[in-house]
Amino acid sequence: MAKKSNKQYWIIWGALSVLVAAYLTYGLLEKASATQPLMAEGRLMLLPGHTTHAHHQIELACESCHTEAFGGGELIQEACVSCHAEELELGDDSHPASKFDDPSNVERLEVLDAQQCITCHVEHKPDITNPMGVTLPQDFCAHCHSGEDEMPPDHKDFGFGGCTEAGCHNYHDNRALYEDFLVKHSTKPWLLDEPQLPKRAFAEAAMEMMMPYPMDQYPLEPLSAEQHDAPSSMSVDPKVHADWLASSHAKNGVNCSACHVNQDPETAGEMVGQWIEKPDHTGCQSCHDKEIKGFLAGKHGSPIAQGLAPMTPAKARLPMKSDVHDTALTCSTCHDSHKPDTRKAAVESCMSCHNDEHTLAYKASPHFKLWQDEIAGKAPAGSGVSCASCHMPRVDVETEEGSRMMVQHNQNDTLRPNEKMIRPVCMSCHGLGFSIDALADPALIKNNFNGKPAKHVDSIDMAVAKDLEARQKREEEKRKRAEQASEEVSAEAEGSTVAEEYEEDFDEYN
Amino acid sequence: MKKASALKLSLIALGVLATAGVTATTAIAAKTDDGITAKTMTDALHTVMAADRKIYTKLIISRLAKKEKVITASEHWKDEKALVLPAQMFRYASEEVAKKKPSFSYKLLSEWPINKQNAPKTKAEKEGLKFIAANPGKNYYTEEKLGKKKYFTAVYADTAVSPACVSCHNDHKDTPRSDFKLGEVMGGVVIRVPLK
Ligand code: HEC
Repeated sequence: MAKKSNKQYWIIWGALSVLVAAYLTYGLLEKASATQPLMAEGRLMLLPGHTTHAHHQIELACESCHTEAFGGGELIQEACVSCHAEELELGDDSHPASKFDDPSNVERLEVLDAQQCITCHVEHKPDITNPMGVTLPQDFCAHCHSGEDEMPPDHKDFGFGGCTEAGCHNYHDNRALYEDFLVKHSTKPWLLDEPQLPKRAFAEAAMEMMMPYPMDQYPLEPLSAEQHDAPSSMSVDPKVHADWLASSHAKNGVNCSACHVNQDPETAGEMVGQWIEKPDHTGCQSCHDKEIKGFLAGKHGSPIAQGLAPMTPAKARLPMKSDVHDTALTCSTCHDSHKPDTRKAAVESCMSCHNDEHTLAYKASPHFKLWQDEIAGKAPAGSGVSCASCHMPRVDVETEEGSRMMVQHNQNDTLRPNEKMIRPVCMSCHGLGFSIDALADPALIKNNFNGKPAKHVDSIDMAVAKDLEARQKREEEKRKRAEQASEEVSAEAEGSTVAEEYEEDFDEYN
Repeated sequence: MKKASALKLSLIALGVLATAGVTATTAIAAKTDDGITAKTMTDALHTVMAADRKIYTKLIISRLAKKEKVITASEHWKDEKALVLPAQMFRYASEEVAKKKPSFSYKLLSEWPINKQNAPKTKAEKEGLKFIAANPGKNYYTEEKLGKKKYFTAVYADTAVSPACVSCHNDHKDTPRSDFKLGEVMGGVVIRVPLK
């Protein structure tokens, strides 16, 4: 009797084990599990550790990085590069892998393999992850940059841990921090005489054909109520119709079909399909391709880009408002589809979800005061500072046709490290020195720049001193050379001058 | 007929180079995987590099930045909307070449570098630069082991072929040496070929 019931338990246990194994195997092997709430838990259980702030919103898309089941480090590296190569190049990466291709770097690479992203950025290791997703101890610079040859004399008293912490250097992006740049902008006041953010120029770019735009189909001319091109069989909500008519879309010839019928972004404006009741981001793409690309690269849109369900505030690691936890993040979350009001998208939309100290302090900040003045018409366009001014700024980007102003919808493009914000954003209004100091002051960031930096970063002073010393030395040497030369000339009484030599240079090719 | 004589000439040339190689040190006789001597290969590569470098400096930098003064040349060419410096042009090309994973690598170094990253690192680089500076007109050839690989390493003098080289380097705020003269050795091109 007892034996029989034992057997039953064994059978139940066995069946349960098989079920659990099947559940986990499905989670492991089937990407679709990531988008099914019940099944996603299975995937989550298999995570070897949570990912960094950079990837957590896409951590269930295992296949994005682990492109093959038994792929080695090379495949991982390819995956990193496939998403991050372009921004590294645009950021003038100070340590590109190509810098280490030369065989003379073998010894260095043995110490620290700077050609692999995962040497410094290991994922799934929350316990050892430092700011910027770095998983090496913070003195990593010293592996290569130490000793007399590597450390300039004015750095000899510095500790090893502070190179990237002090607001002086970044490993990748030093566009706002390199010495000659510091010197060049060393004398600027904290606030420029004419503080001015870049202005909107989308229509201009379309007109000058700096980007693909379906101009033939939707010329930039205002549309009337009767001109709407929704199918006649459809009953149009009067409010939707009125909103559209008042929007910048209707005022610039963007008809219903432009968003509700898929357009082929390759051949801008060519319609490829049926009426779509609720268009997703692809509905915006044929006109706003670069904006969409930015959105899909950033924290808001990357889950969509990786084939997951859209990001929601519930999935965020930053503090968010509780009443919007399940709001899915798509274009229309911030940009009301029929009332695309960019001012709302630039402040109110952000503040409806974000609930951290920096966000909550915004409305008491001098930046917000300027923003209010601008939207009240009391101050010129580009003088107000919204959330988007800094986190989704207008930047000039190259297009195949030339260049155009776009709103960088990848919120991370000017953040982390925050010195990336200096050139495209802060320096529109502030001097470089003030910008560096402000961004190196965590308390000031928390209170949303309500006050002046408490801290001063010495980098500009050091660069200026070094520059001056070098110049004086050069002048002195030059003077000595000139003296010597005049002695030689008077001794020889002839000899070709530098100018004559230039002539000789060119004669050869004429 | 023409083709045949051209072939003959190049065979003779190759022969001369090969004999030179054999009679010189063992380093020079070292062969690449494909059978041509490493020296023949690096010499040929250097001829092309040196010509490109000279032409860029003369026809672009000297002409536009020094003579016509219509544009400046700057290491921060992107920010300053300026011409790319000759040394940068050389490095960018070398990095582009490296992407193709060819059987050689090259770079421009100097004992007196404006950019510290252009200082010699390996023993062969250091000795090579010293040798070409002390022996104008001669190249330096050796073999070296880096990591687990053996290389044929050649160092060729990079000389001040144009006054632009001299004035820019002597006046540069980061230069460790400011008394370069026209025709002097300013640095060296290092070319490496991996050996079996
Ligand atoms: C307009 C200024 C300018 C001109 C002209 C110029 N150089 Fe340079 N050169 C530089 C700078 C700046 C660097 C450092 C570039 C780098 O690697 O970032 C450099 C690098 C070099 C290097 C590598 C070592 C070092 O100093 O970093 C050599 C060798 C060199 N130049 C030789 C020459 C020769 C030979 C010419 C003429 C054919 C020449 N240069 C013309 C500015 C110039």
